[in-house]
Amino acid sequence: MIALLLRDLKLALRAGGGFGLGLAFFLIVTVMVPFSVGPESTLLSTIAPGVLWLGALLACLLSLDRLLALDWEDGSLDLLATAPLPLEAVVTIKALAHWITTGLPLVLAAPILGVLLNLSPSGYAALVTSLLLGTPALSVIGTFGAALTVGLKRGGLLLSLLVLPLYVPTLIFGSEAARRGALGMDISTPLLMLAGITAACVALLPFASAAVLRVNLR
Amino acid sequence: MSISSKLNSFWEYANPKKFLATTERVLPVFWILSAAFLAVGLIWGFFFTPDDYRQGSTVKIIYLHVPAALMAINAWLMMLLTSLIWLVRRHHVSALAARAAAPVGAIMTIIALVTGAIWGQPMWGTWWEWDPRLTSFLILFLFYLGYMALWEAIDNPDTAADLTSVLCLVGSVFALLSRYAVNFWNQGLHQGASVMRAGAITGSDTTEKVSNVFFFPLLVCMIGFVLLFIALVLYRTGTEIRARRVNALLARERVGS
Amino acid sequence: MTLTVSDLAIARGGVPVLEGVGFELQPGKALIVRGPNGVGKTTLLRTLAGLQPPLWGTITGGDETIAYAGHSDGIKPTLSVSENLKFWASVFGAKGIDAALQAFALTDLVERHAGNLSAGQKRRLGLSRLLVTERPIWVLDEPTVSLDVSAVQMFADTVRSHLSTGGSALIATHIDLGLDGDVLDVGPYKAKPKSLDDFDEGFL
Repeated sequence: MIALLLRDLKLALRAGGGFGLGLAFFLIVTVMVPFSVGPESTLLSTIAPGVLWLGALLACLLSLDRLLALDWEDGSLDLLATAPLPLEAVVTIKALAHWITTGLPLVLAAPILGVLLNLSPSGYAALVTSLLLGTPALSVIGTFGAALTVGLKRGGLLLSLLVLPLYVPTLIFGSEAARRGALGMDISTPLLMLAGITAACVALLPFASAAVLRVNLR
Repeated sequence: MSISSKLNSFWEYANPKKFLATTERVLPVFWILSAAFLAVGLIWGFFFTPDDYRQGSTVKIIYLHVPAALMAINAWLMMLLTSLIWLVRRHHVSALAARAAAPVGAIMTIIALVTGAIWGQPMWGTWWEWDPRLTSFLILFLFYLGYMALWEAIDNPDTAADLTSVLCLVGSVFALLSRYAVNFWNQGLHQGASVMRAGAITGSDTTEKVSNVFFFPLLVCMIGFVLLFIALVLYRTGTEIRARRVNALLARERVGS
Repeated sequence: MTLTVSDLAIARGGVPVLEGVGFELQPGKALIVRGPNGVGKTTLLRTLAGLQPPLWGTITGGDETIAYAGHSDGIKPTLSVSENLKFWASVFGAKGIDAALQAFALTDLVERHAGNLSAGQKRRLGLSRLLVTERPIWVLDEPTVSLDVSAVQMFADTVRSHLSTGGSALIATHIDLGLDGDVLDVGPYKAKPKSLDDFDEGFL
C-alpha cells in the first residue's frame, strides 16, 4: 500500500503529472473574481470565504478525471485488481494521493489568496480548518465519481455532472464554517458536521468506489 | 396460499415477457383512471373552491405543485427500491423500471420547481428564492440529471444498470444530507408541508392549516398524479424492455453470422 | 497448484461467447489457447484472472495464485525501468528484481525512463513483472506481440524454467513457443444461440 502511495506521489511530481495545475487554477479563479464583481473591498471581504471554498472545490474537481483514467488506459488497474491488494485499499490510497497532491496544497495556499480577497483577519483560522477537514471528503467523493466514469470516452464532463451534486453538503458546511469564522461567530456546529461528513465518506465510500470499479473492469 | 408462494408469484413479473403481457392488460385502466382523477381533481380545485383569504386565487396552483413535488420524491424512492432489487436479485426489469422512472421524476421535479416559482412570485415578491425546500428540489433535479446522463453514457446495459444503481444508492444518502445541510444553511420562508400531517388537516397544531375545502380536491389530484406516474413508468418500462430485446437480437445476429 | 475449470460459460458485452469450457492445468504444464480472432480468448483469460465473473461454471485453484498479463503492460512512462518493476515487486511482496531484470536482459536499461523504451523493450519489461509476482499460474494474453526472435526465445526460456520449478502457464498465442504442453482450441466451445421461441431474463 505504501508502494502504491509513493508511486502515485512520484508520478504526480514528475513531468506531465499535473502537480500544481490545481493550485494554479485556484490562483487564477481567485484573481478573476475581483474582475467580475468589482474591486470594492467590503464586497470582496464578504464573499471571500465562499469564493475561496468554491475555488478550492473546482480545483479539486479539475484533476479528478486523471485520478483513475491513466491507470485504466495503460492497464495498471487490471493488474492492480489481480494483485493481493484489495480494491478498496487501492481506491483509498488513490484518494489519499489525490488529497496530498491537490487538496493539501489548496489548503496551504488558501490563506495567501485570502489576502487578495481582503478576508477579515478573524477568518483565516476558520478557513484553513474548514478546508483541512473538508478537502479529504472532496477527494474521496471525487474518487467515487472517477471510478464511475473510468471506462468512458469523454468522461470528464459527465464526471463533473455526477460529482458536483455530491459535493453540496461538504460545500455548505465548509463555507458556512469559513463564513461564520470571518464574521467572528462560533464555528463549532458546521465544523462538526463537516468532520462528520468527511469521516463517513472516508469510511464508507471506498466500498462503493471499489464496487463500481469492479463493474467497470469486467 | 402460503407467503413463499405469494412471493414467488410476485417475482414472476420480473420475467420480461410476463411483465409485458400483464402491463399491456392493466395499462388502459391506469391511463383512464389517472385521466379521470386528474380531470375531476383539477376542475374541482380550480373552479369550485373559494379563493384563499390571504393568498387569493394564487393558492390554486397547489393542485399541481403539491402532487408534483410528492411524485418528484416518490419517483426517486421507487428508483432506489428498484435499484436495490436489481443489485440483490438481478432482475433486468427492475433496473429498466428505474431507468424508465428517472425522466418522469425529473419532469415532476421541474413542474414542482416552476409551479413553486409561480406561486412564490406574488407571495414573496420574487420568482426565485433560495428557500430550503425549493433548493432541495433543485438539488434533487441535479441528481436526476446525473443519473440519466450516466445511463445514456454507458453502452453495455448490465454495466449501466450496475453503475446507475450504485449511484442511486450513494446519491440518495447525499440527497438526504443535502436536505439537512440546506435547512441548516437557510431557515427559509416556505410554508411547512402542511398537507400530510394529520394535525395540519384538522388545524390543531398550526394556523397554517390546509382546510378541508382545499384538501379533498388536492387528495384527488394526488391520487391522479400517482396513477399517472404508475402508467407512465409501466409504459416506459415496456419500451425499455422492447429496446433491450431489439439490441439483444441484433447482438445475436452479429455473433451468429 | 492445479487450476481446474469445468463447464465454464462466459459473455462479452452481455452476449455469451463461449460455453462448456473445461480443462485442468497441472503444475509443470503449459496450456496453449488457440482460436480465431474474436472467439473470446481474451474474455476467457480475464475471467480466469478474476477480472470478470463467469455466466456459470466453476474455476478452482485460481484464487491469489494467478499472475495475469494482458494486452497492456501497466508501465508508467515517467518512471524508470527499475522503479516500475520495484513497484510491482513490493505490491506482490517479492524480494528482489534482479532475477527478473536478467531473465529479460533489462539490466542495462534499469535507469532508463520507461517512456524512452521501444515497444519490444516495453513488452519485455511487462513480462518481467511476472517473475516478481511469485505466483505459480501465469495467464498470458498474446505475450509475444512486438517481440523480436531473440526476445521470443528469451520469453520461451523463462516460461520453461517457470514450468520446471513447478509453475504452470496458460498462454493465448498464435506462434509456436516449443513448450511442453497441450493445446486448447476454444473454437468448438463457441456459444450456440438459443432458440427464439421465448424470451427470458436475457431478453433472448
